[in-house]
Amino acid sequence: MKITSFIPLFCALTLSPLLLGIINRTKAVFAGRRGQPLLQLYFDLWKLLRKGTVYSRTTTWIFRAGPMVGLAAALIAASLVPFGNFPALIAFPADFFFFAGLLALMRFFTVLAALDTGSSFEGMGASREVFFSALAEPALLAALATLARQAKDLSLSRIFPAVAGAHWLDAGPVTALVLMALMIVLLAENARIPVDDPNTHLELTMIHEVMVLDHGGVDFAFILYSAALKLWLFAALIVAMILPDTGTVALNLALSAAGILAVAVIVGVVESVMARLRLLVVPQLLVGAGALAGMAFLLGLR
Amino acid sequence: MLALLISAVLASLGGRSWRKEISIATAVSVALAAACASVPVFQVLAGGGILQFRFPWPVPYGEFFIELDPLSAWFLLPTLLLSALCAIYGVGYLWGQEKQRALGSVWFFYNLLVLGMILVLLARNAVLFISAWELMAVSSFFLVTFEHERESVRSAGWIYLVATHLGTGFLLVFFILTARETGSMDFTVWAARGIQNPQMAGTLFLLATVGFGTKAGFMPFHVWLPEAHPAAPSHVSALMSGVMIKTGIYGLLRAFTFLGTPPLWWGWCFIGIGLSSGVLGVLFALAQHDLKRLLAYHSVENIGIITLGMGVGLLGMNLNLPVLAALGFGGALLHVLNHALFKGLLFLGAGAVAHATGTREMDHLGGLLKPMPWTAATFLIGAAAISGLPPLNGFVSEFLIFLGALKGGISTGGETAVPLLALIAGLGLIGGLATACFTKAFGIVFLGEPRVHSTKAHEALWAMRLPMLALATACVAIGLLAPFAVGTLKPVLANLAGLTLETTTENLGAASGPLNLAVLGSLAFILCLLTLVLIRRSLLAGRAAEADATWGCGYVRPTARMQYTASSFAQPLTHQFRWVLGTRAKIEAPSGCFPDRAELKTETPDLCHGNLYQPGFLRMNWAIARLRFMQQGHVQLYVLYIAVTLIVLLAWKFR
Repeated sequence: MKITSFIPLFCALTLSPLLLGIINRTKAVFAGRRGQPLLQLYFDLWKLLRKGTVYSRTTTWIFRAGPMVGLAAALIAASLVPFGNFPALIAFPADFFFFAGLLALMRFFTVLAALDTGSSFEGMGASREVFFSALAEPALLAALATLARQAKDLSLSRIFPAVAGAHWLDAGPVTALVLMALMIVLLAENARIPVDDPNTHLELTMIHEVMVLDHGGVDFAFILYSAALKLWLFAALIVAMILPDTGTVALNLALSAAGILAVAVIVGVVESVMARLRLLVVPQLLVGAGALAGMAFLLGLR
Repeated sequence: MLALLISAVLASLGGRSWRKEISIATAVSVALAAACASVPVFQVLAGGGILQFRFPWPVPYGEFFIELDPLSAWFLLPTLLLSALCAIYGVGYLWGQEKQRALGSVWFFYNLLVLGMILVLLARNAVLFISAWELMAVSSFFLVTFEHERESVRSAGWIYLVATHLGTGFLLVFFILTARETGSMDFTVWAARGIQNPQMAGTLFLLATVGFGTKAGFMPFHVWLPEAHPAAPSHVSALMSGVMIKTGIYGLLRAFTFLGTPPLWWGWCFIGIGLSSGVLGVLFALAQHDLKRLLAYHSVENIGIITLGMGVGLLGMNLNLPVLAALGFGGALLHVLNHALFKGLLFLGAGAVAHATGTREMDHLGGLLKPMPWTAATFLIGAAAISGLPPLNGFVSEFLIFLGALKGGISTGGETAVPLLALIAGLGLIGGLATACFTKAFGIVFLGEPRVHSTKAHEALWAMRLPMLALATACVAIGLLAPFAVGTLKPVLANLAGLTLETTTENLGAASGPLNLAVLGSLAFILCLLTLVLIRRSLLAGRAAEADATWGCGYVRPTARMQYTASSFAQPLTHQFRWVLGTRAKIEAPSGCFPDRAELKTETPDLCHGNLYQPGFLRMNWAIARLRFMQQGHVQLYVLYIAVTLIVLLAWKFR
């Protein structure tokens, strides 16, 4: 095992909270505000980790376990995703099924923790979360399977270099379609506009934020950190798909980091220029992502 | 060894009487019989040998010929385990009911059912097989109608009886045609000679799919499952759903051993059936309010996943890609075992809930984790396993099928790659929907505040708790010992897909590397979780910990009725798929300034039951009613019918 195989995990662990700062800064620039500090999430995490606890009398150990299971799953998922050209710590054939399974495990416990409070608000958020993710999961798997067919390989760490290194004129349409599908899945899975609005605190339109309403202190820090990790991982998938190998380690590293930050800027731009979709329209968007991935697969059959 | 098993089960039949002690005696004898019988099963699975036992049987074409080969042994494994555990559970479940009911008959039919299932798995003679098949069907009918004073239970029993016999009808034709083609009633002869004529093989394939598929619960033939499983006592539902429906899968696999190389359309057919059963099964499960009915529809879903694996295997056999055959059939077989474990566990848990609260209506339950911590913890493991989540066993079998489909999807031509992509996306959809369904089942029943019926709940008896604990342990163990579990599949697969032991070993090896790493990841996950628990504990040590009410956005008098219900939780999904679910809602909206009443009632009738079978049977009833004039009740007339028939036959003979 080389030292470089720890790079993706290390970067994810240290840099992921920065993404939220960049998204918020982008939105602030669009709105003509100064915005919060780029490192705001780091400050928040530090603050939350020093707090005590308040638990609802309704809750049980499930509520306390939820954030820990979520963070543990996110950490293992982080060791499966490559960073630019750097292969992940763990890579094996069909590892993206394991990746999807870990994300499902994280969701399973977040939803249960929400239902554990007995609050109808959180029940509502939980209900929408399972609804949208059930539609996003086929799109994710189909998109990655399409890439696997393009690359003739089975593990994330080997699929992406092969896809990124392919000639753009040959593979362009397929790559573009998959890229769109993955971008939609990223927005849906990470509770961003147009699927969910992280800013509308306490409105019935929310999904992810409302599920974690009752969490506080250390537990909430775990939740925020695992959400940041998840966003980082999806962004890393997209970046690894398009960045070719430049030949030098330092340049690769810089390009990959820049790419992920660019994805965060794009997310910020999307959030600034469009409104959240009506809940009834979101399924169409997600099924559309699945259809894009399916089309890409058919195109790639040639 | 085999004789011992049969006699042990038979011995427990003898002791039927009407007392409480009989429950314990029978359960112990079933457990002992299962323990004895598991010895040869493990021997065969480990060594790959074959045990035979022949015995003349004076039935036309019949012979008492049983054989234990690796395929039978693999299916016997969950059968024996679940039979023993469900028997122990049954003692607790029926405790205190001996005043109202004749428990002797329950245990009598329970033993007959176990015996029938074991014989089905061992029989190598067509007549013996059909007899055992019927024994299994009839004894389970009597178990389903245990609470026969309820109207719904009786109708469920009838639906089951009719469905299973329609299936048997197809099987009879299947066996007769095969026997005519090969000139023998012996399965070993069938396997040796094979069916040479491809058209005949196609016909037989369709007959077997319908006949065995009815028992297994393939989507258009599944109607009896959601009726019969909720009606039966819980330990019987667990046994029926966990093991009995798998005899249908066993029958199909056995049929593949003599139907020759499958054409491509068999694989497409199975992937199609698997997708429809899987997706529709879980969708209908989501729309249910009754906990056991929900679990019954999930059996349809899991049979769908098993069928998907078999579809991958069939494509692999056709394309001569042993890696696909090994992974597809391997995943399907492992899922058979896994589903027996977690579905048995979930049905037992649902039974404990129904026993403790007196209802299976999810919207009347809630907050059961506090009074029933053991049941809740085991149910949680079962729920996570059935949703295919990583550290548990459901993930392992789905991973094998997925890996097989992916390997096929990236290397083969369009006519197989496209169905395989559909399978990959379908597995994702099924997994997502199953997560939705089981967060609903566990979250609404065990979490939150107690609703109407769950205020006086109590934990289950130890006799009920122990089997659940054993099954939950098995779910975790298979998840963490996945490479070992897959290793034991080798002789079974070699027996099956026309592969040699060497090619099977080699091709399953393709899965063992990824599985090792996935298990490593799972172990790392558990380690990570434990570390986080420690970190959290050390961070919180000495800090203020307060308890308060759930935050209700400023509202300070919440009641348990204000919680989100199971129906509302599933509503977005059921609304999205209303075109296939056809949920009927009866709404009485509140009106006026001081509304005094409002009502919402939803019901999701089965798609095929309402649209396919009911009109069909009504039409048949109508057609048969035309013949009513012949049946007048005059004995003289009937004698005349007999005489006329005889004369016509005589005339035909002398023609």
